[in-house]
Amino acid sequence: MSSWIIAGTALGYLLLLSLLAWSAESVRKKRKSWINNGYVYALSMAVYCTAWTYYGSVGRAATSGLDFLTIYIGPTILCALFWPVLLKIIRICRTQGITSIADLVSTRYGKNFSLAVLVTIFCVMGVIPYIALQLKAIATSFDLLAGTTGNTNQSIWKDSTFYGTLLLTIFILFFGTRSVDAAEKHEGLIAAIAFESVIKLVAFLAAGLFITYGVFNGFSDLFQQANAQPRLQQLFTFQENNAYTSWFSMLTLSFFAMLFLPRQFQVNVVENLDENHLKTAGWVFPLYLFVINLFVVPIALAGSVLYPGATANPDLYVLNIPLDQGRHLLSLLIFIGGFSAATGMIIVETIALTTMISNHLALPLLFSTNRLHQESRRNLSAVVLWVRRGSILLVIGLSLLYDKLVAEQYSLVSIGLVSFAAVAQLAPAVLGGLYWKGASKNGALAGLAAGFICWMFTLLLPSLAGAGLLDNSILENGYFGISWLRPDALFGLTSLDPVSHSLFWSLLLNSGLFVLVSINGQKGTRETFQAELFVDFLTKEKFEVEPAAWKNTANLPALRLLLQNFIGSERAVSLFQKYASRHQIPLNTTTADPRLVQFTEKILAGVIGSASAHILVSRVAKAEELSMEEVLNLLRESQQMMELNKELRRKSAELTRVTEQLSALNRQLMAMDEMKDEFLYTVTHELRTPLTSIRALTELVHDNPEMPENQKTEFLAAVVRETERLSHLITQVLSLERFESGKQPLELQTIQTKELLDEALSDIQPLVQQKKLRIQTQLTHPFQLIELDPILVRQVLYNLLTNAIRFSPESGTILFAAEVSGNHLEISVSDQGKGIPEAALELIFDKFYQAPNQTLKKPEGSGLGLAISKKIIELHTGNIRAENREDGGARFIFILPLSQINL
Amino acid sequence: MPGKKILVVDDDPYILMSLEFLMQKNGYSVVVARNGTEALQLVQQEIPDLVVLDIMMPDIDGYAICEFIKKQPALNHIIVVFLSAKTRESDQRKGLELGAAAFVFKPFSTRSLIKEINQLLR
Repeated sequence: MSSWIIAGTALGYLLLLSLLAWSAESVRKKRKSWINNGYVYALSMAVYCTAWTYYGSVGRAATSGLDFLTIYIGPTILCALFWPVLLKIIRICRTQGITSIADLVSTRYGKNFSLAVLVTIFCVMGVIPYIALQLKAIATSFDLLAGTTGNTNQSIWKDSTFYGTLLLTIFILFFGTRSVDAAEKHEGLIAAIAFESVIKLVAFLAAGLFITYGVFNGFSDLFQQANAQPRLQQLFTFQENNAYTSWFSMLTLSFFAMLFLPRQFQVNVVENLDENHLKTAGWVFPLYLFVINLFVVPIALAGSVLYPGATANPDLYVLNIPLDQGRHLLSLLIFIGGFSAATGMIIVETIALTTMISNHLALPLLFSTNRLHQESRRNLSAVVLWVRRGSILLVIGLSLLYDKLVAEQYSLVSIGLVSFAAVAQLAPAVLGGLYWKGASKNGALAGLAAGFICWMFTLLLPSLAGAGLLDNSILENGYFGISWLRPDALFGLTSLDPVSHSLFWSLLLNSGLFVLVSINGQKGTRETFQAELFVDFLTKEKFEVEPAAWKNTANLPALRLLLQNFIGSERAVSLFQKYASRHQIPLNTTTADPRLVQFTEKILAGVIGSASAHILVSRVAKAEELSMEEVLNLLRESQQMMELNKELRRKSAELTRVTEQLSALNRQLMAMDEMKDEFLYTVTHELRTPLTSIRALTELVHDNPEMPENQKTEFLAAVVRETERLSHLITQVLSLERFESGKQPLELQTIQTKELLDEALSDIQPLVQQKKLRIQTQLTHPFQLIELDPILVRQVLYNLLTNAIRFSPESGTILFAAEVSGNHLEISVSDQGKGIPEAALELIFDKFYQAPNQTLKKPEGSGLGLAISKKIIELHTGNIRAENREDGGARFIFILPLSQINL
Repeated sequence: MPGKKILVVDDDPYILMSLEFLMQKNGYSVVVARNGTEALQLVQQEIPDLVVLDIMMPDIDGYAICEFIKKQPALNHIIVVFLSAKTRESDQRKGLELGAAAFVFKPFSTRSLIKEINQLLR
């Protein structure tokens, strides 16, 4: 295929990326960012899958079997199970304005300068090979596609790697240094990275599908052919014992890589727009890893079957197979997929490294020479930007150099593992710093340095020696000819593979020194303070940096000028005003409030890193270094404050609850009050009726002396009856009131059931005779003893019986029954009247309830009888109800417990 | 005015008894109704000049009867006097809004009631 077509396609692809990045940036300005969602975040995390995944996994699978998978299991475990670690880091970095992994380590240990430098150098050394690996992947895939041979000796001007790198550099320069504030998000870039993740996935799946179904006849055909080769069979089973250690160390490496690789830190933490996206990423990212690995084994097997005599580079099977099948368009797509995997990594890694180099190496160097300080009136943001651009060129240049000098000799995966092992060294300092207050700056320094040196001796230098850049004899005879210093068998440990071996020794030394030095050493005050902040970050909600902890005062204009120099006067002034109004700090003084000093430092940290920011701010601010005791006091105070706050919140919640209860009670009382009002109104209404008759009739008798005698007698008789009715009503109302208010105690006696019934019957005898009714009694246990208030229950029976009598037709029958069931007595009164409307069966127990649709009022009733009866039964913890008999007529039933004692 | 016809409506027999006596004594011819149903029937049948109307009755309440009277062109000249134990101001207002000429509270004085009725029928 013509080189020009391939190069043109790659260029077109880069232009497309730029367009995408540019449109994402412009959308962001409208504050409605379509990249602000968990899927884009998860896809940007997939920058984890580089050319190593794209080409190298197949290569690894073809040579070492399934252990390529470990590289993806580590991050899956992290995202699915250990995401709180990531969340904690994200939150800390947001509050403290941290922009890189070096910044994180340095900030945790008291904004220590040396630590930032150490981590930066370490990351650069560790990651440059990894970037070189990507360049190598682009170049080899290009050469394979173009049919040229990658000749290292040819002039750099004819080298495809060089041109590709140049284009990429321009892209990074443009989108990576648009804003001076490194804490600001690169939305455009992230959009591009997420897009690249999609492209590489699609391309790889296309390759996998083509090879499995186009070249072979599906999975079963492929596996059958592969099974025929004993070498391949062997490949996919655990063979030696140390396969397990190798698996474990790879898993550990990839777990740490997902956390600490500068590019992962960049996308996971710095570019995180919303911590809720972490939840989506928790399943989308592992899913992505799963899908992209689906066809690794099939492709590796296919390659091994098709090129049995190692006639092709296993790393390039994925491209080689379609190409040999004459599928040029597909091959081009696969090349672009690999190109996107490589470029995505290079872009993000370069930006992450650039932030570190400029903030922790270049800028502090510039600021420590006083030249810049004197020129502080100049716009320093331009300086920062140029330093960044320089750093980008430096990183890319170094990678290119490493690629030319070393990378030719190694496979993709082995270079990647060297990088992974490097960043794994950050684990003790970072994780220890996040969860152990005792971790100290010196411990971190000692551990990191030891781990770093160990890594250099066991992995980096051997790789250089392998490339012929160092004396090859160290591989055979050990450093300085000492055999127990052999890089792959330190202290005679020979049973591990080189990576596990390196990881074992470096992490052992690293964490050992870290812990030992931390325990034994003294800690500075600032360090102690940061330790509190980091470790207690999630437990103490919203534990913001407590600026008053540092009695920094500064000349306000000088402070403002400092900030202006980096972010421009307009933004500096507006930030100051916003912060001042939020915390009610006066801005018209000459001495700046300590909080303002702290704020300035945080903003500057976002631009130039915390260590540099600290240096610059302390130049204008007079920092009064606090004694350890003072810091501890401050911390204690803030803790007390917090406890007080918690207590207050608890109290206030309690208060709210009580208020709610009170208002509920109030509503209830008001409802009761209303009911009471209504009751009183009804009572007065009921009282008025007999009163009306009495008054009218007596007035008439009084005013009309000539009234005939019989009429006068009739009137006076009515007056007497109405007076009786009135006093009966008053008695009823008063007794009901007594029952309801609980003022009426039960006067309990134990009597025989028969006795109770007999007395009730004798009460109503005259009425029965009057209406010629028949009363039929049924009594199952006449001598059953029952405990109750006989007077009150007799009143109930009287009410029920008189009701029955009132509604019975002439010479009807009333059934009066009592039976004992269990420990209850059930008494019922049934009549042969017209029954009760269904809807009224419950309402009739309400006070003054009048059955509707009766055309004649029954002047005998007070309207309170049933209400009082119900109350009395309830006082005996019994219940009463009304029902209609099947053959017409109503039945009232009440149930009483035989004994009141256990109630 | 003697000779005029008055319909007395109340569900309480004693009140009815006293009102019937009072009206007759003052020269009116009296018709009595013991509930709303009877009242509706008699008001159309007898077309009285004035109705003394109770409100709380078990079947149809006095308001409904008044409303009925005031809506019928043939009946709406009939003077309605409410006589009720409902003593809330809202009850009174409702009665007067429905077109009643007077609202007398129970217990009432026979003397002032007859004076009021005499005036209304003059």
